[in-house]
Amino acid sequence: MNTQEKQAIRKSIARSLALVVAMFVFAMWVMPPLYNLFCEVTGLNGKTKGQYVPVSAEVDTSRLITVQFVGTNNENMTWGFKPKDFSLQVHPGQAVVTDFIAHNPSNAIMVGQAIPSLVPHNATDYFHKTECFCFNQQTLAPGETANLGLQFIVDQEVPRGVNTITLSYTLFDVTEAFPEAVALKQRELEEKENKNILSVR
Amino acid sequence: MAHGPAKGFTRWLYTTNHKDIGSMYLWFSFAMFFLGGFFALVIRAELFQPGLQIVEPNFFNQMTTMHGLVMVFGAVMPAFVGLANWMVPMMIGAPDMALPRMNNWSFWILPFAFAMLASTLFMEGGAPNFGWTFYAPLSTTYAPASVTFFIFAVHIMGASSIMGAINIIATILNMRAPGMTLMKMPLFVWTWLITAYLLIAVMPVLAGVVTMMLMDIHFGTSFFDAAGGGDPVLFQHVFWFFGHPEVYIMILPAFGVVSAIIPTFARKPLFGYSSMVYATASIAFLSFIVWAHHMFTVGMPLFGELVFMYATMLIAIPTGVKVFNWVTTMFKGSMTFETPMLFSIAFVILFTIGGFSGLMLAIAPADFQYHDTYFVVAHFHYVLVPGAIFSITAAVYYWLPKWSGNMYDETMGKAHFWLAFIGLNVTFFPMHFSGLAGMPRRIPDYNPLWADWNMISSVGAFLFGAAQLLFLFIVIRTIIGGKKATAEVWEGSHGLEWTVPSPAPYHTFSTPPEVK
Repeated sequence: MNTQEKQAIRKSIARSLALVVAMFVFAMWVMPPLYNLFCEVTGLNGKTKGQYVPVSAEVDTSRLITVQFVGTNNENMTWGFKPKDFSLQVHPGQAVVTDFIAHNPSNAIMVGQAIPSLVPHNATDYFHKTECFCFNQQTLAPGETANLGLQFIVDQEVPRGVNTITLSYTLFDVTEAFPEAVALKQRELEEKENKNILSVR
Repeated sequence: MAHGPAKGFTRWLYTTNHKDIGSMYLWFSFAMFFLGGFFALVIRAELFQPGLQIVEPNFFNQMTTMHGLVMVFGAVMPAFVGLANWMVPMMIGAPDMALPRMNNWSFWILPFAFAMLASTLFMEGGAPNFGWTFYAPLSTTYAPASVTFFIFAVHIMGASSIMGAINIIATILNMRAPGMTLMKMPLFVWTWLITAYLLIAVMPVLAGVVTMMLMDIHFGTSFFDAAGGGDPVLFQHVFWFFGHPEVYIMILPAFGVVSAIIPTFARKPLFGYSSMVYATASIAFLSFIVWAHHMFTVGMPLFGELVFMYATMLIAIPTGVKVFNWVTTMFKGSMTFETPMLFSIAFVILFTIGGFSGLMLAIAPADFQYHDTYFVVAHFHYVLVPGAIFSITAAVYYWLPKWSGNMYDETMGKAHFWLAFIGLNVTFFPMHFSGLAGMPRRIPDYNPLWADWNMISSVGAFLFGAAQLLFLFIVIRTIIGGKKATAEVWEGSHGLEWTVPSPAPYHTFSTPPEVK
């Protein structure tokens, strides 16, 4: 093997290795963000957007859209979790307030995170949440029941074919991932207890 | 360069000789073929009748998973790398592979990867049971503890494949004999060059997807976990972005093998050499833009379904170019039907059947009916068993005289062919029917409605397994002795590999041959 051939071989290896590294980087650091971006733009995987700043707009009273609510627990989640209203009739442009009700039946402080999913996917871009409990985690004390608020507006521009929108929340147990939230709740509970003891005295 | 191989076991440990390493790859893949085949027979034995007879459902799931993984990564891929190691340097007139030491390494990490994978069967919680496609969250949140070993085994297999592919690219691009231009290379070399590029493009994606799984399982990330803002569907996209080119990795070298064998026994040159090269390249390109046809039912917008449906159907065109090429090569040829030719003709016919069921599956609206049924199982076994396995078998019969210096027994070879051919069709053809009747895949127990088809399939599977034992016997017998082979071996053979004596000397083409 002469040196020229050796050099050519080295070049082939370098090029191939560069492709290998590039494809690994592509899979790990490009594909997931690209996928999320794609889904955000198209509303494909039913992920709703973050908080919406309402712009003043007229309520379109000529249309009525049925918004259905679904609350499900992910496996291992023990909370009671359901919407207060299972279905609402709303006008596009109208700001609507509703609640989900969560109850922690366990004897431990737990942290839950709700993940939204919306169908049909062509309505995703037209469903705006101005307030949502899903924007952060919920910490519930043992036995505590909480009303989780949701405020939304269906956009006036919602496509003609959309008459029903189903918004589903899946509640995940994320207690282990948020020890500081548990500690905070613990402190709150202890303070409350101290106050109670004081007031009894 | 008169010295031969070293003596003793260390010859195999330390060897940098492409022929030694090729043989080791082939034997390793043969062993894995029997291991994966054993897993398949466990599956077929359980499915012989409805109800649960032999194994627990969880163990059944481990068997389907391990069967797929072992066959794809342990049997088919190493077999083709072994063939490339043996044949590519001899076909292009090179003395060895470009990177002989890395060649040794890329082989020797494989047994460790598969030892690790197989050892999960004996672990608490059992082996991976989430299917060879290891969809998250089955393979993350709900996986047995052994999944970590599975991930590292896949990493090692990937590293081995990448090294093998880089070696093949470096060899083909730089070490061809003087006068051998790219368009004079045998098609087996061409198909392997393209396959090697596919490998280095998608094996890192596989490594990436298992690394993301590893991080989700152990390091608290949420690539595929909805609770943390991830998405399980992302897994399917990344996996199939690897997975679809992967199925072509398992079939393109087979095209090369068949394109070498059919002209030999039809005694005619290949009908259209350059169209074969371009068809191979087109298939490789298309393989990157069709991945979501594995996911039609996942909830895609109509536009996406249509794009992936049409792109998938487009693959039928270059594939059709190939099939017609082989047929027209045989047309009016003075054909003889030695064992390699029989396997090659069976390849053309049965692979086309598998291609047609692939077209049926590509029709997005129809796929909602076929998805995850035995029809899919029938489809990919019709492309992989007559496609990859038959072509490897044909290659072994075709080149074994060159490797060992002895002719195999033609009668026994033909017996092997007919047993395998009948066994294969009896096993997999009824799966089309059970699948169309709605039988889901990866299920240990089933509705008695599908009992007859399953019983036939199981009988065929054991016949096919027995045929492979005969194959092992034939190979061993040929290596030990038999009629001496000439240098040309076959009357109609063409190419540099037939200019060296049989058996091929330990070192060939130390001085490059002249190619006109």
